[in-house]
Amino acid sequence: MSFMSTVRVPTLEPAGTAVTGPPRRSLLTRFVTRVGGGLLYAIVVIVALIWLLPTIGLLVASLRPASASAATGWWHVFTKPGELTLANYARILDNGDMIDGLWNSVLITVPSTVLVVAIAAPAAYALAWLDFRGRDPLFAVVVALIVVPIQMAIIPDAKLFGALGIFGSLTGVVVFHVAFGLPFAVFLLRNFFIGIPRDLLEAARMDGGTEYMIFTRVVLPIGWPAIASLTIFQFMFVWNDLLVAKVFAGASSKPITYVLQEQMGTFSSNVDVIAPGAFLSMLLPLIVFFAFQRYFVQGVLAGSVK
Amino acid sequence: MVRGGYRTAEAVRMTPPLRGRAVARRRRWDVPGLVAALFLGPALVILAAVVAYPIVATVWYSFFNADGTRFVGLDNYVEMFTGPATRRAILNNVIWVVVAPTAVTALGLLFAVLSERIRLAAAFKTVLFMPMAISFLAAGVTFTLVYEADKDRGALNAAIASVHDLFKPPSKYYGTSPREEAGLATVDGAVQTAAPAATSTPVLLPMVGLPPDRIPAGAAAAAPGVAGTGLRGVVWLDFSPGGGGRPGAVDAGEHGLPGMVVDAVRDGKVLATTRTDPAGRFDFPQLTGGGYTIRLAASNFTPPFNGVTWLGGSVVTPAIIAAYIWIWAGFAMVLISAGLAAIPRDALEAARVDGATEWQVFRRVTVPLVRPVLVVVLVTLVINVLKIFDLVYVLAPDPVTQDRANVVALQMYQTAFARQDGGLGSALAVLLFVLVLPAMLYNVRRLRGDRDR
Repeated sequence: MSFMSTVRVPTLEPAGTAVTGPPRRSLLTRFVTRVGGGLLYAIVVIVALIWLLPTIGLLVASLRPASASAATGWWHVFTKPGELTLANYARILDNGDMIDGLWNSVLITVPSTVLVVAIAAPAAYALAWLDFRGRDPLFAVVVALIVVPIQMAIIPDAKLFGALGIFGSLTGVVVFHVAFGLPFAVFLLRNFFIGIPRDLLEAARMDGGTEYMIFTRVVLPIGWPAIASLTIFQFMFVWNDLLVAKVFAGASSKPITYVLQEQMGTFSSNVDVIAPGAFLSMLLPLIVFFAFQRYFVQGVLAGSVK
Repeated sequence: MVRGGYRTAEAVRMTPPLRGRAVARRRRWDVPGLVAALFLGPALVILAAVVAYPIVATVWYSFFNADGTRFVGLDNYVEMFTGPATRRAILNNVIWVVVAPTAVTALGLLFAVLSERIRLAAAFKTVLFMPMAISFLAAGVTFTLVYEADKDRGALNAAIASVHDLFKPPSKYYGTSPREEAGLATVDGAVQTAAPAATSTPVLLPMVGLPPDRIPAGAAAAAPGVAGTGLRGVVWLDFSPGGGGRPGAVDAGEHGLPGMVVDAVRDGKVLATTRTDPAGRFDFPQLTGGGYTIRLAASNFTPPFNGVTWLGGSVVTPAIIAAYIWIWAGFAMVLISAGLAAIPRDALEAARVDGATEWQVFRRVTVPLVRPVLVVVLVTLVINVLKIFDLVYVLAPDPVTQDRANVVALQMYQTAFARQDGGLGSALAVLLFVLVLPAMLYNVRRLRGDRDR
C-alpha cells in the first residue's frame, strides 16, 4: 500500500552504530535500571502469556474429551493430564464436512494465489517499464481500487456470477479472490520492479531480448522477494477469508472457515468438534508463519491496508 | 539483521536492490501498444468486470427497492440512518473506529518500546505477531473459550474469579435466605427481623437454601436458644432431612448455623455484635427492653464471583474489540519497532546527557520522531476496522447479541443476503465505500509524489 512509502524509516543502520561505547550512568540511574529491569521482565512475561494462553487453551481444549470440555475449562488438564486424547482429531478425520472444508480451502487458495501472481506480475511490469498512453492514470486507478470494500462488489458480482453459471462454485470464489487480490498485487510488484536498475534491462534489450524475455529472465528473478511476500500474503488472505466464501461458495465448495462457522452456529458448546477444527484450520497458516516468518511479516505489513 | 529479528524496513517500503543507481535517470521505452495490452490485458479485464463495474452497479442498486424493480430515490439512505438496526450498526462502527485503532496503536507503541529493552526481543515479537496468521474465525473460536460465561469453563472469568475470591472470599452461607413466613426481611444483602424483637423469648431466625454439603462441619443440632433476660435467639437451617419438620420451629434433626455474625440494631445504630455458637444460638445478655432489630450482616452471605456474560449484554462490543486488539497489537508493534530502530541514537543520548528522564526522552524525543509511523498505523487500522465483519459474526452468533454488537459490514451482509434486500444492502455498502474514500484519495495522492523517482 502506498502508506508504505510515507514511512521514511526504512533505511536502517545496524543497531548501535551511532553510539560509541556505553553511556556513562550515575549509580542511582543504574540502580533504577536494575529494579526497573525486573519489573520490565515481569510485564513482558505477563504480556507474552496473555498473547499465548488463548491459543494454547484452544490446543488443549481440542485434546480433551467432550465430557471434560462440557464441565470444566482447559486449564483443569493440569490436574488430570491423563484425559488428553487424540480422539477428537480422529473423529474430525471421519467428519466429511470438515475434511471437505479443508480440501476446498486448498482448492480455493492455491489457484487464487497462483493466478494473482501470474496475472499481476506482467501487468506490474508493463506499468513500471513500458511506455504507453494513459499508463500513469491507469496505475492511479489500480491504487485506488486497493481499499475498495468487498461489500461494494458482492451484490452485482453475485448476479454476474449467477449469469455466468459460476455462482456457488469453487470457480466463482477463486475469480472473486483473484479480482480483489489484483490491485494490491499489481501495486506491490510495480513498486518493486520500478526500482530495478535501468542498465540491467537495457543491456537485455541491446542483446535483442524481447519484452517477454526481459520479463521472465531479468525482472522475475530480481523481483522474487516481492513475489514471495505477495504469495504469502495472498495465500493467508484467501485461506483465512470467511465473507467471500459465505457469499460465493455453494454446498459443495465451502472452505474450512465456512464449515466451522456453520458448526459453531448449529451447536452452541461442541468444543470437542470446534476446537480441533479451528486448530486444524490454523495449522497451515502457522506453519507458513514460522517457516517463512520474514516474508510473512513483510507481506502482512504491506498488505494490511487492503 | 535488524534488532528484533525482522527486516521490517523492507516491509514498509520494499526496497529493491541497487535502488540508488536507478533512481535519477530512469526513462521508460516505447513499445507497440499491442505488447503493453498483452501484459496488462488479463488484469484489466478482470478488474473491470469484477471490481470496477460492480462499484457503479452497487451505487445504482442503492437507489432501488429490495429486489431492484422500483426506483426509490434516497429512501434506502433515509432508512439506513433512521432504522434501529442499521443505526445501531453505524453507532457501533463509530465506537470501533474511535477505540480499536487508538488502543492497538498505543499498545503497539508500548510493546515496541518494551521490546527494545529486553533480550529475546525476537521471541517476544513472534509471540505477539502470531495472531496475525490466524483467521478471524479461528481467533473467534479461541475467544469463545476465553469469554465463556461459566467461570468453570471460561478462562477470563476463572482468572477474575480467583483474584476476586482472594480479596473478597465468599462466605459459607451464600445463597441462603430467610424462610418466607418467618417475618424476616432482606435489606441490602443483610437479613433482619421485620418487626422489633422482644427480649421475652428467643428470637427465631429460620434460614433455608443451604445445600447439605455446605453445612459447616462444626454445626450442632439446633437448640431453641439460651435462657436469660437479654436479647437472644437462634439462627438455624429450618429444614429437616427426611421431612416432618414444622416451618419456623426448631425441630429435631435440624442444624444450627454457627459463626453467623449477628448485629443488634436500634434506631439505625449497631449496639452490639456477636457470633452464633455451634447450635446457632446467640446472646446479648446486656441488652434488655425492646425495640431491637436483629440483623444477620451482609458479610454472612457474600456470594462468590459468578462470571460475567462477556458475549451478551452491554459488554459485548468491548469484548469483541479486546479480541481484535489481541489480533492486531503485534502488527502495530512490528511497524512501530521499525520506526524506533530508525531513530538516531545520538538524539536520545543527547537528551539523556542533558538530564532528561526516560519519560521525558520518550515523550519529547521518541514519540515525535515516530509520529509518521504512528499515523500510518492508525490510518491503516481505521480502514481495517471500518470493514470489520468476521469477528463480530463469529463471536456474536445468536440474533439478539448480534443485533447488539452489529457493525456496518455485517449488517450489509445480513441485509443483502439473509434478508434479500439488495437496495438497503447496497446503500450500506456505499456508506462503507464513502468512509474509505479519504484513504483512497490519500493513497492516490501519495502515488503522484512517488512517481518516476
